[in-house]
Amino acid sequence: MNAGSTIILALLLPLAGAVAIALAGRISANLRETVTLATAGGLAMTVWSLLPAVMAGERPGVSITELLPGVEIAFSVEPLGMLFAALASGLWIINSLYSIGYMRGNNERNQTRFYVMFAVSLAATMGVAFAGNLFTLFLFYEALTLSTYPLVSHKGDAATVRSARVYLGILLTTSIGLFLPAIIWTYSVAGTGDFVTGGILASKINGPAVGLLLGLFVFGIGKAAVMPVHRWLPAAMVAPTPVSALLHAVAVVKAGVFAVTKIIVYIFGVDFLFAEPSSGWLLYAAAFTIIAASVVALRQQNLKRLLAYSTIAQLSYVVMAAAVLKPLAEIGAAIHMVAHAFGKITLFFAAGAIYVASRKTEVHQLRGIGLRMPVTMTAFTIGALSMIGVPPTGGFVSKWYILAGAFQADNYFAVATIIVSTALNAAYFLPIIYMAWFMREPEPAAAAHGEAPWPAVLALAITAVLTIAFFFFNGATIQLERQVVENLL
Amino acid sequence: MSGLGQHLPALQVVVPILVAPMVVLLRPRGLAWAASTAASVLSFVIAIELTLQVLGAGPVGYLMGSWPAPYGIELRVDALSALLLLVVTGASTVALVGGRQSLDAQIEADRQPYFFAAWLLALAGLSGILVAADAFNIFVFMEISSLASYVLIAGGPDRRALPSVFKYLIMGTIGATFYLIGVGLIYMMTGTLNLADMELRIHAVGDLTPILAAAGFITVGLALKAAIFPLHVWLPNAYTYAPHMATAFLAACSTKVSLYVLLRFDFFVFQGNLEGHDLQFAIYLMPLAVLGILVGSAVAMFERNIKRLLAFSSVAQIGYMMLGASLVSIAGLTAGILHIFNHALAKGTLFLAVASFAMVAAGLRLNELSGIARRMPWTFGAFVVAGLSLIGIPGTAGFVSKWYLIMAVMELGPAGVPLVAVILISSLMAVVYIWRIVEVACFAKTEEQGSSAIAVSPLMVAVTWLAALANIYFGLAPALPLTLSGDAAAELLRHLP
Repeated sequence: MNAGSTIILALLLPLAGAVAIALAGRISANLRETVTLATAGGLAMTVWSLLPAVMAGERPGVSITELLPGVEIAFSVEPLGMLFAALASGLWIINSLYSIGYMRGNNERNQTRFYVMFAVSLAATMGVAFAGNLFTLFLFYEALTLSTYPLVSHKGDAATVRSARVYLGILLTTSIGLFLPAIIWTYSVAGTGDFVTGGILASKINGPAVGLLLGLFVFGIGKAAVMPVHRWLPAAMVAPTPVSALLHAVAVVKAGVFAVTKIIVYIFGVDFLFAEPSSGWLLYAAAFTIIAASVVALRQQNLKRLLAYSTIAQLSYVVMAAAVLKPLAEIGAAIHMVAHAFGKITLFFAAGAIYVASRKTEVHQLRGIGLRMPVTMTAFTIGALSMIGVPPTGGFVSKWYILAGAFQADNYFAVATIIVSTALNAAYFLPIIYMAWFMREPEPAAAAHGEAPWPAVLALAITAVLTIAFFFFNGATIQLERQVVENLL
Repeated sequence: MSGLGQHLPALQVVVPILVAPMVVLLRPRGLAWAASTAASVLSFVIAIELTLQVLGAGPVGYLMGSWPAPYGIELRVDALSALLLLVVTGASTVALVGGRQSLDAQIEADRQPYFFAAWLLALAGLSGILVAADAFNIFVFMEISSLASYVLIAGGPDRRALPSVFKYLIMGTIGATFYLIGVGLIYMMTGTLNLADMELRIHAVGDLTPILAAAGFITVGLALKAAIFPLHVWLPNAYTYAPHMATAFLAACSTKVSLYVLLRFDFFVFQGNLEGHDLQFAIYLMPLAVLGILVGSAVAMFERNIKRLLAFSSVAQIGYMMLGASLVSIAGLTAGILHIFNHALAKGTLFLAVASFAMVAAGLRLNELSGIARRMPWTFGAFVVAGLSLIGIPGTAGFVSKWYLIMAVMELGPAGVPLVAVILISSLMAVVYIWRIVEVACFAKTEEQGSSAIAVSPLMVAVTWLAALANIYFGLAPALPLTLSGDAAAELLRHLP
């Protein structure tokens, strides 16, 4: 099979899976979940089969249709998108395993709809990852927003609907109000929106307009959650935990920072932006988000909301790294997507497992829980250490590269931001770890409970192992992402 | 067929107008519907054939009785009229095929033949306006379609339709009279009614007051019929209280046909002849378009009745079309004309879905629609797809015209920025009013379960979905409407000095 049809297969497979899941859901729950796992496995195999070609420097692509003159629906696989798709499709398998444990353990309603929409969301994610131009990216970006809405509003009660409204409202408002005009602006000055190495905007636009266009892109891509368009992410925490874990720690939020990075590298061009002073504000906006979100996270009592604010800060690491505009930092941005994904999905899995087993949602309730749920809390600890950036976890590797890039640019502001934020990360994660392992459970003891259902525990154990493994085995990823900035090295 | 083929422009009107009186005589149950549907389908086929001819070989002319223009009556179908013909006959066909159950529920059996006769007359009148090439026949067909529309709107069980239709009647008549006064003035000065001839002869007298007055009368009269803000006040109630299928038909096409006549006159007849007409046209209509967009969307955000909500949304959407036209550029006109087509797709689908809701729900106020998504998931799915098209989400037809409109506005440079903002803000307002419906339909508690046991027929669901899929199809493959509207825009601007 040639690469073009593989790309199309990667988009259609989850959609076909969604239909199959819907049909299987009428027969039995076991069959439905088997189909989900099979679809996830098939998707991962399809996506990963593209990897050797991309590693070898090829850029497989396929054009579907020319919608308007110059505006195509086209796909092209480059290292950033490859990494993102490989990550999301791979983690979907683990997440599906986790979902089985979580959804059954919680006796959630409308489980079939949940699995169906999850598959549709993954199809949209693949579209974002492989988009070959801005229009295609926008098409699937909006599809991702809309297909995740039923997942966020899954519970259907008044509070959930309100939060889902915030979610949809912010993401659609920013994308239609800012992202779309930025895209049309780009098409009208450059005549194209294709992602091209070195960018397409150099000499087409200059002066303050560059900073303005960059602003439209960065704040228009609400999924990147750069303050002040971050509020949708805590709101999205009303969703069932598997949604928070895969979509709001990996697929959706990474789609945001991925799009920002891709636009900086392939639309503006790193060198062009570096030479243009009006784009300098992005670094400071990202740095502000990192620090402010970390401070807000310090004050959170609800575990999932704390993780959400931590995600906001970590996303801005990627944006800040991209905004440092040096090769090593761009590599760091790409790697941080992976490192954060492994760590944060582990943390969410753990939070969900705690909820299923004990119905506990608040940080202060976690005293002594390490003894009841040792596997879960070990994984949680590993995930938290990765967030702080302690070796031997994946978080250390990406921080290393981002710092190296910052030094390359003599950007001590970025360095200082990372140092302060590391301290803040430690300040909100270490107390949880301490409480869980070293404090006694409050008297009178709550109802006895052990670990969550085994599929959930297995899933979080796997991602915890991946978090550590990424510290040791990251050579291939770095080699892949080095291609992104090859022209600059 | 080749013999009959050359008479297609005439047949476009003749078929529905001849079937209409026959329908009145068809008493047995269902026969009137079947005959009208057949006539409507045939009209649709004729429109498709004409469109293909226009795409292949340019405008299609037809001389009634072979009398040469300007002495005889000329019919003429170009890209603009072909696009509108598709919309009119398509909307009628979809509403008739899919809407039988709804029509049966709303129109008493013994009055159905009259209702369907009026329907066909409206179809014939609207098609007639589009094929006619002279100002007086346009007026005649306009009167036929208007009178028939009043009957359609008042023909349902809702007695509140009567005062609304009276308002529509008065305002519609004023509009038509203004138009007639304008045409009379031009005739007085030029001695011709044929549009092409008029365009040539006006040139000699273009700076005289009667022609200027005629331009004013015609523009205002047609703006009234096209419900351009602030002359839209007849529209919301008329749409709200009409039988649901009549709303689906008329909302998709009737105001747009008046808009078509407006474009014809202002661009074909006046644009090249009156000094600065393009500027005046833009200066007066652009602010109205902008206000229409903002006010229509804002009112829709707070409206409680779903049909009124969609009607106010129509006021805003007409504003988009006018905004495109008032840019007086190829890109702008293309966007405006394209939006005529795309909005018809979206609004037609929405009203079809609403007609289905009306069969099951207690009423059409938002609180009466609570939980409707759970009771009719398929119809509601189609509603959401069309709603997304109305908002302008990529992958739907509505997005294509919005993209074009923003592109056209950006051509203005920095001056276009406020207009871009208007378009985007109103899109966001559309998110609000569509999502209000979605939330109520999906999440609100259902108060009385099973208030009516009627199941919507599979045909109705299928037709609604077909219309919804057309929104997606023309969102991903917009070549046909885009070519037609591009050609139409070029044709309209040909006369610009």
